[in-house]
Amino acid sequence: MPPIKSGFYLLTLTPTNRYVVFFCIRALNSMVVPLVMSTHSFSLNVATINGSGSQSSNNVLVKSLFRMGLPVGGKNMFPSNIAGLPTWYTIRVDEKGFTSRLPHNDIVVAMNQTTFLEDQKSLKSGGCLVYNSDLKLVEELIRKDVTSYGVPFRKIVTPLSDSVKLRKLLTNMVYAGIVSQLLDIPEDVVKSVVKDMFSNKFKVVDSNLDAIDAGRTYANENFDVSSFAYKARPIPGANDNKLLIDGNSAGAMGLLQAGCTFAAWYPITPSSSLIERFESYAGKYRINSKGQKNFAVVQGEDELSSICMVIGAGWAGARAMTATSGPGLSLMAEAAGLSYFAEIPAVIWDVQRVGPSTGLPTRTMQGDLLSAYTLSHGDTRHIVLLPAHPKECFDLAPRAFDLAEQLQTLVIVLSDLDIGMNQHIVDRFEVDTTHFNRGKVLTTKDLESMESFARYKDSDGDGITYRTLPGTEHPLAAYFTRGTSHDDNAKYSENNIQYKANMNRLLKKWETAKTLVPAPEIENSSSDKLGIIYYGSTWEAMRETKALLKEDSLEVSTCRVKALPFHKDVRNFIDRHKVILVVDQNRDHQMKTILGMEFPSVCHKLVGIHQYDGLPLDAHELHQQVLAKVDLQ
Amino acid sequence: MSEKAVKTNSLGLTKKDYLGSRSTLCTGCGHDSITGHLVTSLFQSGLNPYKVAKLSGIGCSSKTPTYFLDRSHGFNSIHGRMAPLATGVKSVNPTLTALGISGDGDTASIGMGGFAHMIRRNLPIVYIIENNGVYGLTKGQFSATADLNTKMKSGEKNPFVAMDLCSLAIDLGCDFVARSFSGDAKQLVPLLDAALRHNGTAVIDVISPCITFANHDGSTKSFNAVKEHLVQLQELGFVQPQEEIQVDYEEGTTQNVELADGSHLILKKLNSREHDLKNRSRAIELLHQARDNGEILTGLFYFEQSSKSFIDVLNLPDLPLAALPESQLRLNQEQLNEMLTEFK
Repeated sequence: MPPIKSGFYLLTLTPTNRYVVFFCIRALNSMVVPLVMSTHSFSLNVATINGSGSQSSNNVLVKSLFRMGLPVGGKNMFPSNIAGLPTWYTIRVDEKGFTSRLPHNDIVVAMNQTTFLEDQKSLKSGGCLVYNSDLKLVEELIRKDVTSYGVPFRKIVTPLSDSVKLRKLLTNMVYAGIVSQLLDIPEDVVKSVVKDMFSNKFKVVDSNLDAIDAGRTYANENFDVSSFAYKARPIPGANDNKLLIDGNSAGAMGLLQAGCTFAAWYPITPSSSLIERFESYAGKYRINSKGQKNFAVVQGEDELSSICMVIGAGWAGARAMTATSGPGLSLMAEAAGLSYFAEIPAVIWDVQRVGPSTGLPTRTMQGDLLSAYTLSHGDTRHIVLLPAHPKECFDLAPRAFDLAEQLQTLVIVLSDLDIGMNQHIVDRFEVDTTHFNRGKVLTTKDLESMESFARYKDSDGDGITYRTLPGTEHPLAAYFTRGTSHDDNAKYSENNIQYKANMNRLLKKWETAKTLVPAPEIENSSSDKLGIIYYGSTWEAMRETKALLKEDSLEVSTCRVKALPFHKDVRNFIDRHKVILVVDQNRDHQMKTILGMEFPSVCHKLVGIHQYDGLPLDAHELHQQVLAKVDLQ
Repeated sequence: MSEKAVKTNSLGLTKKDYLGSRSTLCTGCGHDSITGHLVTSLFQSGLNPYKVAKLSGIGCSSKTPTYFLDRSHGFNSIHGRMAPLATGVKSVNPTLTALGISGDGDTASIGMGGFAHMIRRNLPIVYIIENNGVYGLTKGQFSATADLNTKMKSGEKNPFVAMDLCSLAIDLGCDFVARSFSGDAKQLVPLLDAALRHNGTAVIDVISPCITFANHDGSTKSFNAVKEHLVQLQELGFVQPQEEIQVDYEEGTTQNVELADGSHLILKKLNSREHDLKNRSRAIELLHQARDNGEILTGLFYFEQSSKSFIDVLNLPDLPLAALPESQLRLNQEQLNEMLTEFK
């Protein structure tokens, strides 16, 4: 018989045509094509029910892969719910180092009855399906074009504990054992992760290790482990100077190194863990010899109060911040204008989620850019910092406070759920040794040599005026802060000329801000045809998209914007190229809109591309979007 | 007048040192009287003006911090947000005396959340509500403290029951709750004296008639109506820590309340109402009864030396957070490395 062409054939299996299955006949050609060609790059998706404790098991897997030196990323797609709804965790290992989300999976661990059919649908043909055979499944519905591994979890977990509750939790650790065995993750690596993870709880370590063992043993005894199509191939030492970390933990460390002493907040997903982490780190590293706290964290009654507490603390001279997400940012709008107009340093850390309204509260989006930039009524503009990944959350935190105090204004850090709550592989953090820039603050001593002090007088010509802090003991020190229009001496003024002069000075300060914000990250190609502007978490997908474009031999320059207002290099980048694609993760092309607003004479060059379904950006789709736009030009 | 004749306080300052800019409120406004009483109290209390933060929201009452203490930093913020603003200020610099001036709209409507939670936390602040039952700055709309059936200038009757901010504050756990009348210096000044020494939230609801929008017949907060229905719970006297207490009242008719700094508030019973200052439910009952009788009951309703203020709960360093030097705030590489082990 002639060799059958390798590939996938569609067959109709039932007369009623109710379903179709794919199946692989590659095996028939085993003489032509090797039977097993294990792949070292893969995307693994674990489908469970939230509240079942699967997060620990997923962490064991992702961290084990990280400790093997692999480029790995973990993304949690979770419901806005405490227990009982479907949740997914995707781990991508890629030997080229790309960790953005893929639309299809190579391996699916199906633990959830209700989503089983959808979950196995996400598998690539030829992929591997590890599923809970205790689920009520119609055998025929299991895809035949994938290799399936049914696991009787109940049977495996029963001897592990008498407690029903614990057995439920351990079930997840069993799949971690099975998957780690199938992927050839060394036992000692998995065990070291479990031990570190449950460090202070020996009993917990033991029961979890037992579950891992049970899973690994089951896989060994019942599956042909060596034929599993995907293998984690260690790259010794590759991650020695790397971290696998979420942006909220990184940001919390950033707040500590930034000298933040006051945080007021109102709990909201996905920002809560930022403050909780800060409080926990500060509780360890910011306690003085008397056991007192060199920080204060206040849980406000709402976001309005939280930002007003921050403004009060900033006015009194502390480095103060609040963390929130879209709905909270909306509530803070009035106070944002106060910070801008009365010129009081404040930092809002917005971990964006999907709006409008309550939207998709546990999905990711760059949806607050436009509102953050102009938050509040009247002519207001705010400094916006755009971290791309956890390391920048750490590094930009001190910059945020420096800018807020130097410019005496609100600085909004725009992180998002993908950066903030998912695990990213980044370079190890180093402590920033540059001194804080506390801005123009006059002390009693300074005032002693002065004849007069006017709070809003532009003595230096940069639009930034001097302030004194409440409590400064000098007859010249006091002034009256107000959100109403004021003269140079901070006195109430309804004078039109005075108002306009003040607004113009704020604009001058805005020009100064452009020289202080972080410059964009630019990679210029030799061609002036095409430039791509992007920002924030789209960085992860853009890395891969850039590589794909390189494979197409398409010459593309890129510019990653790190802050608003735009640094002069952004404008230069636009000027240098004929066409500029602007990547946004929102429906309304918010970055493109702001670019067009700030640079109207070149807005004809701007072409927007975007994804906005709440999932982290898909690099391959982005690649196609770029190609489609290039074709059109 | 010779220099010698000018009276100075314990800091050697004159009353003039406690004044502010000229008021721009309507002539005869109750708020201006309160400002005057406040200046008296601040002066005789010998408060260091440099160590006061004057805080307010928006409204006629919130304008008044410009009319006293020119030497203090002040902050006329946004509508209803004085309480959280003060929370931020005090948290990072507890050495400042927070003096909050609010109104009935600023507190009982738009700022209710902040007000309630400030009390819940027991933030050390003197929180004065200049209460006239109307929105003056927007020309006379009813506020949430307007009494049932009180009349607007147009004759329109208020269909809603008034919020009693004193009984609310007592219920929320506030340790210093009083009501007074802008025209009653004898009562308000000692109350302010005592409030300035309280380690926690001190709420003083001051009925302060609006001369322009609520001083007509049919308004329950006109000067005449207030004077007619005013019932004082006690007669108050304040005794400085160093002064000798001289009580010449009949035994059993006075209460002597010691304040945190060793000063005393002397309360003389004025009528048959029995009241123990530490009895919350009785205080609320008294207020409800007075309202049912159409009376405006004034005096100190609840007092207890707070065991823990919000600042105590925060467990702050001796130096205010706002004054901590960079050296005490920096993170070192060893600490960072320790934190990072979790992510290896």
